Amino acid sequence: MSTTTTTPSAPPTASGSPRPQGARAAVRRVTHHHLFWPVVALVVMLLACGLRSPGFLDVTIMDGHLFGQPVDILRASATPLLLGIGMCLVIATGGIDLSVGAVMAISLAVSLTYIDASGTGGTVGTALTAVAIGLLVAAVIGAFNGFLVTVLGIQPFIATMILMVAGRGIAMLITKGQITTTTSPPFKSIGSGFVLGIPTPVVIAAVVFALVALLVRRTALGMLVESIGINREASRLAGVQSRNITWFVYLLCGLLAGLAGIVYGAPTMAADANNIGLMKEMDAIMVVVLGGTKLDGGKFSLAGVVVGALLLSTLERAVVIFHISSQITPLFKALVLIIVCIAASERLRSLLTSRLPRKRPAPGTGTSTPSAQEVTA
Amino acid sequence: MSTTTAADAAPVVEMTGITIEFPGVKALDGVDLTLRPGEVHALMGENGAGKSTLIKALTGVYRIDAGRIVVSGSEHRFTRTRDSQDAGISTVYQEVNLCSNLSVAENIMLGQEVRFGPFINWPATRRKAREHLALLNLDIDPSSALSSHSIAVQQLCAIARAMVVDSKVLILDEPTSSLDKAEVAELFDVIRSLRDKGVAILFVSHFLDQIYEITDRLTILRNGRLISEHLTKELPRMELISAMIGRSGEALADVEERAHRVASEHDEAPLLRAVALGRDGSVEPFDLDVHAGEIVGVAGLLGSGRTEVARLLYGADKAGSGTLTFDGTTRAATPLTSIKRGVAFSSEDRKKEGIIGDLTVRENIALAMQASRGPWRPVPAKELDAVVERYMKALNVYPANPNMLIRNLSGGNQQKVLLARWLATEPRLIILDEPTRGIDVGAKAEIQRLVAELAGQGMGVVFISSELDEVLRLSQRVVVMRDRQKIGEITNGPDVTSTTILETIAASGSAS
Repeated sequence: MSTTTTTPSAPPTASGSPRPQGARAAVRRVTHHHLFWPVVALVVMLLACGLRSPGFLDVTIMDGHLFGQPVDILRASATPLLLGIGMCLVIATGGIDLSVGAVMAISLAVSLTYIDASGTGGTVGTALTAVAIGLLVAAVIGAFNGFLVTVLGIQPFIATMILMVAGRGIAMLITKGQITTTTSPPFKSIGSGFVLGIPTPVVIAAVVFALVALLVRRTALGMLVESIGINREASRLAGVQSRNITWFVYLLCGLLAGLAGIVYGAPTMAADANNIGLMKEMDAIMVVVLGGTKLDGGKFSLAGVVVGALLLSTLERAVVIFHISSQITPLFKALVLIIVCIAASERLRSLLTSRLPRKRPAPGTGTSTPSAQEVTA
Repeated sequence: MSTTTAADAAPVVEMTGITIEFPGVKALDGVDLTLRPGEVHALMGENGAGKSTLIKALTGVYRIDAGRIVVSGSEHRFTRTRDSQDAGISTVYQEVNLCSNLSVAENIMLGQEVRFGPFINWPATRRKAREHLALLNLDIDPSSALSSHSIAVQQLCAIARAMVVDSKVLILDEPTSSLDKAEVAELFDVIRSLRDKGVAILFVSHFLDQIYEITDRLTILRNGRLISEHLTKELPRMELISAMIGRSGEALADVEERAHRVASEHDEAPLLRAVALGRDGSVEPFDLDVHAGEIVGVAGLLGSGRTEVARLLYGADKAGSGTLTFDGTTRAATPLTSIKRGVAFSSEDRKKEGIIGDLTVRENIALAMQASRGPWRPVPAKELDAVVERYMKALNVYPANPNMLIRNLSGGNQQKVLLARWLATEPRLIILDEPTRGIDVGAKAEIQRLVAELAGQGMGVVFISSELDEVLRLSQRVVVMRDRQKIGEITNGPDVTSTTILETIAASGSAS
């Protein structure tokens, strides 16, 4: 039944039509890709910044390290990317994790408090132990969220809101109400150092992305997560262990939030329980949605999270480049996000295509079927 | 008589040259459909013939790529369901699409409430709902919750709702598939009285008896094309079937022949043995043996506990009492342990408990197989491709494209994909709950043949169906259920008929 079976021997009645159609199909495939509009927005944003501030897109090498605005954007993308990856999987199961911002604060508080107490902040061993403890606590929190959601059956929004609210209190307890500051060059370099000339956060985010992408797509985890998000009961009856898988995803999300907290807070070396990761859960959700993953669960796109994270940090950079006053910064961000969401809206697209005159009139399709039959005959 | 007057009247709906394309398939190709006021019109065709697509074009769910839709003399271009409703077209779907947690009156009058300024006048609204129910000879309390009524009553409520908005066209999509005989008769009375009031009714059903009983005219579709339109009484049954399936009826005749098998002597232990298995509020404790290579039918009226038996055997529900032994080992069943032990269960609720709509056919087939391996050991792509290809071919899934989303397939083909999912786990026992519900004659025959074949290869089968003929055709033993109890077990033989089973149900009813 395919309409593209026109071979070179096809009658000249269909002349000219197959080739543009093939090209059109290719264009269609690109423009209908779920990442098309987010990528367009990203490119437009970068170009606009480049026009406004010549040299914006330049990358220079100083002391063997990469510097420049694009590098800063990459560096700033690391946190939302780490959060977004975990959030993306949680959302795919039909849930949500509002506690990631608070988890960032907790893991940083735990790590810095440990370093502060050890008194040997300068050694790599202490820094690594601090990271390990911070991540462990974050993973435990993720597991706790997962326990509430899967075993007790509490709605994810409520279950994770508990820690979103209480988490900062816990971080406060750890730091005894102070902003714990300490020194540990190895720990600090996690946030502000370089590996092979590339900022460490970028390397960490890239490695985590690659690992999770492999974990999700090279095993069957991704498909099972999607299946749970689309139809939990049918998945259960098909033997999918939705409880274990969902639980694991919350744990992973907590772990990644902990890592994000360390990466984000390390350059400051100050565990500010009230402000580290504040409203970052909203950034994470936004990044996931911008990347084309629907909030009602099911199909998800990790590549979309990357694009979303880049878009978000480019936006924040553009605010500076365009000297947008701080009062209207949120409005500016909101506008861009709305435009991307509208452009990517399936419904709008189908509405537009149905209003436009049909490109292929009915007779054209009518003749193509018999000609295809002739070819096969 | 009514047909002659109907033929004279100007058509209320005229669809001409309707074409709808989905990515990769032409779902409809230049189909015409004419509905006249005061007639019951059947839309006939196998699964995937385009019946649902055509209905969705008429109700504004799908946009048409070519063709014209004329309703009451003016051309319409439906872009949403609301447009179609405004044009006077109402639909009652196979699955009742009302809000079960609202009251009957709220459901019937939704959007048409009697208003008092910005407020709703509830007493008047309920009174009006009662009037509409009375028109359908339905005497129920409008303020009762919809969910407290049987599916049949809910369906009548859906029709009442269609009448509230004063529809000129009423579409009934498989309205009878979950009704018992008396309920069907009641529904038909309602349909007749609506017809006499001049409503045009489009009726879709797979029950041929019902088609001949209630419809005046019928339109036959096959593979998305219009085959023909007939007056129902002028078209013999066999011709109708061959027009639908596109080949002569002989293929069917051989299914009609009962695959009678003498219940073989079972020396060996049963594959599955349930002893006093039960669950409070679901089904009373029952005993059941299934041997390898045996088909055990479960018969009973709707709500008799048939499905509950299946769910306990598979472990979809946790048993409250009793033991379940499979292949010599006794342990409580969960879906995952069942699959690992070689038990498969195809649920009666395809949409809610079967398909994963947004995943592809390939992924849907892979699901149970993958689940039994856990998330970390994916089925190798090559192995999966081979399995998918093998079962799609064996079950004749159409369109034969494993990368299509399963929700874009017709009901019968979705059912085949689900069977493929279970067969791919290479089960030793398969529990089929209504595997042929809502699918057409051709696919039904294919599935019945498959079941017989599987048993022939040594698989144990538990076969549940509300069609007694089907149960008797296939099973060697029939378990009879009533009021959530197992009330008997009949060994099938030449002198066992559906009457025998019905008598069993009735007899024990009078005894208690």
